Amino acid sequence: MLSDTERRELEDAVEHYPDKRGATIDALLTIQRRRGWISDDTLLEIAKFLEITVEDVDSVATFYNLVFRKPVGRHVAFVCDSISCWIKGCEQVQEQIKTLYQADLGQTSPDGRLTVLPIACLGQCERAPALMIDQDVYGNVTPEKIEQIVEKYK
Amino acid sequence: MERPLTQHIHSDGTTRTLREYVKTGGYRCLQRLSSGLAPKDLQRLVTDAGLRGRGGGGFLTGTKWSFVPMGADAPKPKYIVANGDEMEPGTFKDRVLMEGDSHGLVEGMILAGYAIDAEVGYIFLRGEYHLSAQRLTEAIAEAYAAGYLGKPLPGTKFRFDLHLHASAGRYICGEETALINALEGKRAVPRAKPPFPQTVGLWGKPTVVQNVETLYNIPHIVNKGSDWYHRLSRTQDGGTKIYGISGRVANPGWWELPLGTTAREVLERYAGGMADGIRFRGLLPGGISTAFMTEEHLDLPLDFSSIPPEVGRLGTATMIVLDDHTCPVGFVLNLEKFFARESCGWCTPCREGLPWVAKLLMSFEEGRATKDDLSLLEMHTKWLAPGHTFCGLAPGAMAPLQSALKYFRDDFEQHISLGRCPWSNKPARLKVLV
Repeated sequence: MLSDTERRELEDAVEHYPDKRGATIDALLTIQRRRGWISDDTLLEIAKFLEITVEDVDSVATFYNLVFRKPVGRHVAFVCDSISCWIKGCEQVQEQIKTLYQADLGQTSPDGRLTVLPIACLGQCERAPALMIDQDVYGNVTPEKIEQIVEKYK
Repeated sequence: MERPLTQHIHSDGTTRTLREYVKTGGYRCLQRLSSGLAPKDLQRLVTDAGLRGRGGGGFLTGTKWSFVPMGADAPKPKYIVANGDEMEPGTFKDRVLMEGDSHGLVEGMILAGYAIDAEVGYIFLRGEYHLSAQRLTEAIAEAYAAGYLGKPLPGTKFRFDLHLHASAGRYICGEETALINALEGKRAVPRAKPPFPQTVGLWGKPTVVQNVETLYNIPHIVNKGSDWYHRLSRTQDGGTKIYGISGRVANPGWWELPLGTTAREVLERYAGGMADGIRFRGLLPGGISTAFMTEEHLDLPLDFSSIPPEVGRLGTATMIVLDDHTCPVGFVLNLEKFFARESCGWCTPCREGLPWVAKLLMSFEEGRATKDDLSLLEMHTKWLAPGHTFCGLAPGAMAPLQSALKYFRDDFEQHISLGRCPWSNKPARLKVLV
């Protein structure tokens, strides 16, 4: 069941479109912010609210990099692996994360703290390599800085 | 040198409020709408100014607007959409603008909306740009409170509503018809053209989709006129351009410069040349869907008309530099892995072809490639050429590959003869003969 707050947030989002379905992404991201990920049950609740089929919602949910159809850790680290960051050593950054938190790309650290995912160019190319944790972006990242950066995310 | 788009951006990265924006002349040109500047006059002004799309296509903005049905019989509502789905690797210019001066986009949207008589606008923003989202939300709220949005502009019947749509990260959404599907809440695959969005777009209504940087230019053209706008540029098209550079250069960054500035100037004068001990080998002029340029092309003006088609095209004008410490094959492999991952999967050549290309390049890096693989790569540049796929994604993906095969062929061949990547310290792979 959608909570009252969730319902209110979805009602606000729907206002922006002539057709409720336009708010599919807004709905998925809004609910995900509260619940962490999009389960099958959540998908169904969103479908009911938007008055479209659950397949329609899933065809959108499975399409995007930032919609999680599996549970993730308490925080998500997005390692930019596009060209400017690759030139400047994003592979070493990712290796260091793997060493420190025992999580390869697509995995969550055993303590449930951090999920590590690759991400398309974060648009921080002038300060590559870049890393985004939840909504915070870090530039000029080096393997030595990782521990200090991740420290803030318990 | 004038820098109309970026001169007021705070160097410390802080936000610019409505009050500051208005103080430096912001929203002033809306008064001209009430003093009789009709939509068709605005269209003509922008056409005369020679404003071309800054997202990479370079299409004339005035021409794009001219396809929209106008007058009392035109379908209603019409839509204007800002394409802020900046996911082209190496590209960060729209972020600079949206974070630095959010009201410029709101004002540009109002004017573009007025030019085609659109009642509603959407800013389609990539989901990862959280700071842009926050600042645009604030700017839109301020513009509503000040009456620039949501009620008729004084002296006109024109009323404009503007919404921010934060997407959830998918490269194909930058393609205008895929973006329209995304906004409608559908899976973001491209649509067949024709009909073009200018006549049948969002929810079947006339829609114009424009790059963020393009929209930022419009208020300045209205304020200062098309002659002034042409004087900003060094070439036949008007205006300035945000040029950027990343890779192993001394000082990576962005600069707003006259349209037609050369790559050499950006690289040597602004970016301070290559980093210590690093040598230049080539660059992609504007994102990864453009062909490599080498030393011999560095003095070409970077604009929409000076780069010969056989050399390439400008793209987004945010360059990525290939240096002598970086393997060109590994470089292209990174690009093709990106394209394979971000292909929407709608048409077969792209969905199947791009992973194949990535696998072939991987075989070079791992020392397994043969001469046949080199020809297979070359064939893919033809199989995925324009006209063979549903949209421009795969042809774009072939531009850097095809040019790399031309300029860095020796490097590809060296991978075959050595049986390993010359830039890697991994030993050659033992070839097992069966």
